[in-house]
Amino acid sequence: MFRLFRFLRPYRMYVILGVILIFLQSLASLYLPDLMSNIVDIGVQGNNVPYIMKVGAFMLVVALIGVACSVASSYYTSKAAAGFGKLLRRDIFTQVENFTLHEFDTVGTSSLIVRTNNDVLQVQQFVNMALRMMVMAPLTAIGGIIMAVYTDARLSLIIVVAMPILGLAIYSILGRGMGLFRVVQSKVDVLNRVLREHLTGIRVIRAFDRSDYEIDRFDKANLDLTDTSVRVYQIMAGLMPIMMLVINLSTLAIVWFGAGLINQGQMQIGNMMAFIQYVMQIMFSMMMASMMSFMIPRAQASSARINEVLDLRPEICDPEQPTVPPSEHGYVEFRDVTFHYPGAEEPAVSHISFVAKPGEVTAIIGGTGAGKSTLVNLIPRFYDVAAGAILVDGVDIRELSQKDLRAKIGLVPQKAVLFNGTIADNLRYGRADATDEEMQWAVSVAQASDFIAEMKEGMSSVLAQGGANVSGGQKQRLSIARALVRRPEIYLFDDSFSALDYKTDAKLRAALKTEITNATVLLVAQRVSTVMDADRIVVLDEGRAVGVGTHRELLETCAVYREIVASQLSEEEIA
Amino acid sequence: MSNQRPQQDAQRPGGMPMGRPGGGGGGWGGGPPGGIGVPVQKSKDFKGTLRRLLTYFRPHRASILTVFVAAILGTVFSILTPKILASAIDDIVSGVLAKFKGVPGAGVDFKQLLSLLFMLGGLYVFSSIFSYVQQYIMAGVAQRTVYEMRKQVMKKLAKLPVSFFDANPHGEILSRFVNDFDNISGSLQQSLTQLITAVVTFVGVLIMMLTISPLMTLVIALTLPLSFVVTKVIAKRSQGFFISRQRSLGELNGHVESMYTGHQIVKAFGHEDVSIETFNEINERLFTYSWKAQFVTGIIMPLMNFIGNIGYVLVSVIGGLLVTNGTIQIGDILAFIQYTRQFSQPITQLSSISNVIQSTIASSERIFELLDEKEEVPEQVSAEGQELEIRGDVAFQNVRFGYTPDVSVIEDLNIDVSHGQTIAIVGPTGAGKTTLVNLLMRFYELSGGQILIDGTGITEMKRGRLRRMFGMVLQDTWLFNGTIRDNIGYGRAGATTGEIVEAAQAAHADHFIRTLPDGYDTVLNEEASNISQGQRQLLTIARAILADPDILILDEATSSVDTRTEVHIQTAMKELMRGRTSFVIAHRLSTIREADLIVVMNHGRVIEQGTHLALLEQNGFYADLYNSQFSEAAVPEGVA
Repeated sequence: MFRLFRFLRPYRMYVILGVILIFLQSLASLYLPDLMSNIVDIGVQGNNVPYIMKVGAFMLVVALIGVACSVASSYYTSKAAAGFGKLLRRDIFTQVENFTLHEFDTVGTSSLIVRTNNDVLQVQQFVNMALRMMVMAPLTAIGGIIMAVYTDARLSLIIVVAMPILGLAIYSILGRGMGLFRVVQSKVDVLNRVLREHLTGIRVIRAFDRSDYEIDRFDKANLDLTDTSVRVYQIMAGLMPIMMLVINLSTLAIVWFGAGLINQGQMQIGNMMAFIQYVMQIMFSMMMASMMSFMIPRAQASSARINEVLDLRPEICDPEQPTVPPSEHGYVEFRDVTFHYPGAEEPAVSHISFVAKPGEVTAIIGGTGAGKSTLVNLIPRFYDVAAGAILVDGVDIRELSQKDLRAKIGLVPQKAVLFNGTIADNLRYGRADATDEEMQWAVSVAQASDFIAEMKEGMSSVLAQGGANVSGGQKQRLSIARALVRRPEIYLFDDSFSALDYKTDAKLRAALKTEITNATVLLVAQRVSTVMDADRIVVLDEGRAVGVGTHRELLETCAVYREIVASQLSEEEIA
Repeated sequence: MSNQRPQQDAQRPGGMPMGRPGGGGGGWGGGPPGGIGVPVQKSKDFKGTLRRLLTYFRPHRASILTVFVAAILGTVFSILTPKILASAIDDIVSGVLAKFKGVPGAGVDFKQLLSLLFMLGGLYVFSSIFSYVQQYIMAGVAQRTVYEMRKQVMKKLAKLPVSFFDANPHGEILSRFVNDFDNISGSLQQSLTQLITAVVTFVGVLIMMLTISPLMTLVIALTLPLSFVVTKVIAKRSQGFFISRQRSLGELNGHVESMYTGHQIVKAFGHEDVSIETFNEINERLFTYSWKAQFVTGIIMPLMNFIGNIGYVLVSVIGGLLVTNGTIQIGDILAFIQYTRQFSQPITQLSSISNVIQSTIASSERIFELLDEKEEVPEQVSAEGQELEIRGDVAFQNVRFGYTPDVSVIEDLNIDVSHGQTIAIVGPTGAGKTTLVNLLMRFYELSGGQILIDGTGITEMKRGRLRRMFGMVLQDTWLFNGTIRDNIGYGRAGATTGEIVEAAQAAHADHFIRTLPDGYDTVLNEEASNISQGQRQLLTIARAILADPDILILDEATSSVDTRTEVHIQTAMKELMRGRTSFVIAHRLSTIREADLIVVMNHGRVIEQGTHLALLEQNGFYADLYNSQFSEAAVPEGVA
């Protein structure tokens, strides 16, 4: 966690000022009982009214200084903590934006989101608390002890006895409670999972008439959670009473022993009253500090998760001196390409060789896990090949800068991803300076004009939550239009037609065929009908290219292809 | 969330017996600093909701009464102690004074002091015990109350029509469930007892203060409005900052989420820099609002403490003066200092409690709203004795239906299906093919006409019975977090392992299950990502086979399934369909052409129905749809 404190460095003046001011503030609040004891011992017992007034005025000044210090320190610590959060957040986001898909696979997208959003907030809040409370508590305790010893060293022995007892009480109760709180949290998760499953599976549950079973399942989790929660709160119930008891009893001890000292004339009554208040302050700051310390594990866990992200080095980097790509071609060549996912025993694709030329459609077909998507993801260099090479326009893609390489590519991923914003915003994502005509052309090719026209706002319709208000097929068509707007040299369609019905699929492919004449098209598909009229079909099976050729050629030569065809088209369709 | 609770516990003490001059942080003097200034959610009907919430306490009346008594006694005891401590100190003072005046044998009367201190000790112990008892009992009451409410919500969810789940985003229901219950349980645990102790403390302390010195009480009472004004002014300010902070935080989180989920696209289109730029811009705004919000709330406590310190100084000075003219004793000053603290504390506490209570009521209101949702149309009482053999004749008679009352999707639909027939439902994506499923399973109620199964209207059957007749294999392969065995066994309660394996074999799933490390005991994780989409589908088929339904509803869409699994799925589905009436959301030409009846849907409506040939002859939408497959997709003649 301390490593993260480097993000405080730009704000170190704020931190230092904040701490100094807090210290001054706690000194001021410790000084008040001392002044009060003067009122009692000198003013009251000496019947000195002007003195009382004078000290009273002085006390007000001290209180005023105290509040001024703490307001100022609040200003500095707030800025420091918020600044810390800002810098940390900025670094982690920039880092993640440079990650390749591999790092995303390793950490997981949702986990990255949690780390950037929640964990940073968690640590930021911790830093905020730490700067205020954790600094103040020990300072107050130390100040209090100094004042107490200065007032009467012998009475201070009471502190020596009481403090460990208090510490032990807090530790044992909170220790047990915190452990159980973690258990409670995990049981809350179980309960929520049961509920979530109920929500997502409502049709299945109703269809199988298993509502009662679900209620039972829920009740068990509910009861389990309740029992543990009751136990936790029952344990925690002891915390305040025990702490108060220790503090109160030490007050009694002070009065008892103080009375002896006063009786012998070794102590003033006002001093004893002040002493009681010092002990209060010491104990309470101890209480606060120990309670704060239980925030540490949580912040630590968050920090560890953040550090993991910050330490992850993106696997793929641009070459020192990238080759400038020859402009305007789109010639893609796979040369004996083999690729392993990290940690996988078997290569995901192995020894793949083929050439895709501008003006041609190259289709890739094969079963799930055959390596189709992997193959597509290798071209924009989302992953690096393990052996062999991928060449674009005759240049190994590892020699190009990622930016230049991807500028040539229009990708339509398997799962259509759209961003919040209008349809036009999403299309311009393909190319920021696309004109209205270009966008119109793209949507009409992508067979999206009809449904966009049906929307009230047309192209300016807002897609909520990344397109929750349009259907899967519509999202997919927009995603295709986005790639078209880019007018790239290479189109990559990663199983992009599966969400479309046959009719739209057919229309779209017909339009693509006439509209895209000089670019290289690579398309992954499951349906034979989608790939049949491609110039070249690559049949993948378990990562290997078991056939390359046209539909007719493959029907003759490739058993796997025939099997795929047979599974999808009825006899007469093949015939 | 819950992890933070212990800190809050400690920061909201019941009755704080001792005073001290204010410190900057002031965690112990009143509620957590966050309680003030943070925007509070408001409820619509405070009184009604509160009354309804209170009914949940009825079973715990005795416990709550005990809590009340314990809270009152504990507080009263802790209010008495400063006064007794004061008299102990006065005893010391008078003893010592006498001694210094030279009264023979005079000095502190240790015997009497000891008895006073013992009395005090006893009060402290009892006060602590009482406060422990109230917390301890309250733990049970609060948690069991929440348990009861959660249970009711779940039971309610089981009774709500499917339309409710379609209309309300799952995330919203979930977050309502999680956050609102968290809120309620926390505040039942804390605020109720706090409320009692705060009120008792306030009254008790006021009385004690008056008995010591009405003048000083008046002075302290005068500082109270000051703290009110300060809190009000600051709370007003900070609310704005908090809202802005929350908004920019939401914006930032949203940006992060959409950029991360779309990472592949961001990279592919080279938008990293733009995305970082946007991020930095929002981040900068967040920074400004968050330090301001933190600063403003951060100064509430110091200011309150300052006001407290003014009181402290006034007490010291006026007290000192009063002692010199003999109106009060020295010990009274100490007592009064403590009372001053105890006096202002319940007031700051009450303002934060009132916020907590308001948001609790708002949370309860949302829960109650859910509990008041309209349930499924009740079942007819006569719907018994239906466990006869089902043939599987299905008839739609003049069926009318609309998702909303004003827009009708199905007008006067008539379909007659006899036992064992296959009905293909076709249409482009988004044509509303699932509507028919919704109606058949009675997930939605018809607005007119009726659906008959073997001549009996489905509204005359028990829903459970009706749905048990159907087997459903949908594209959305819902499996739950549990073993494969349990998931297949879900099809029929009490199925034996043998039957489960048999069903898996029939579904061509047995083989792949056995290749998994734990076989049938493999636990499917939450997203069931440890098996492929196609394998999931096979499991749902096995589940349907086990259920042995009379009528089938199948969705053929198997978009992300590899070809070999697809072959398995097809054979398994054919197996399943044999001899059963089947409604198929069809994607395969072969299925469509072989169907006994084709129902064509578009834009949510049934637009045509008939056999393949009849429909082709009609030369309408279906013919168009069908021909388009061949314009592009069909194999040129003479191949193979």
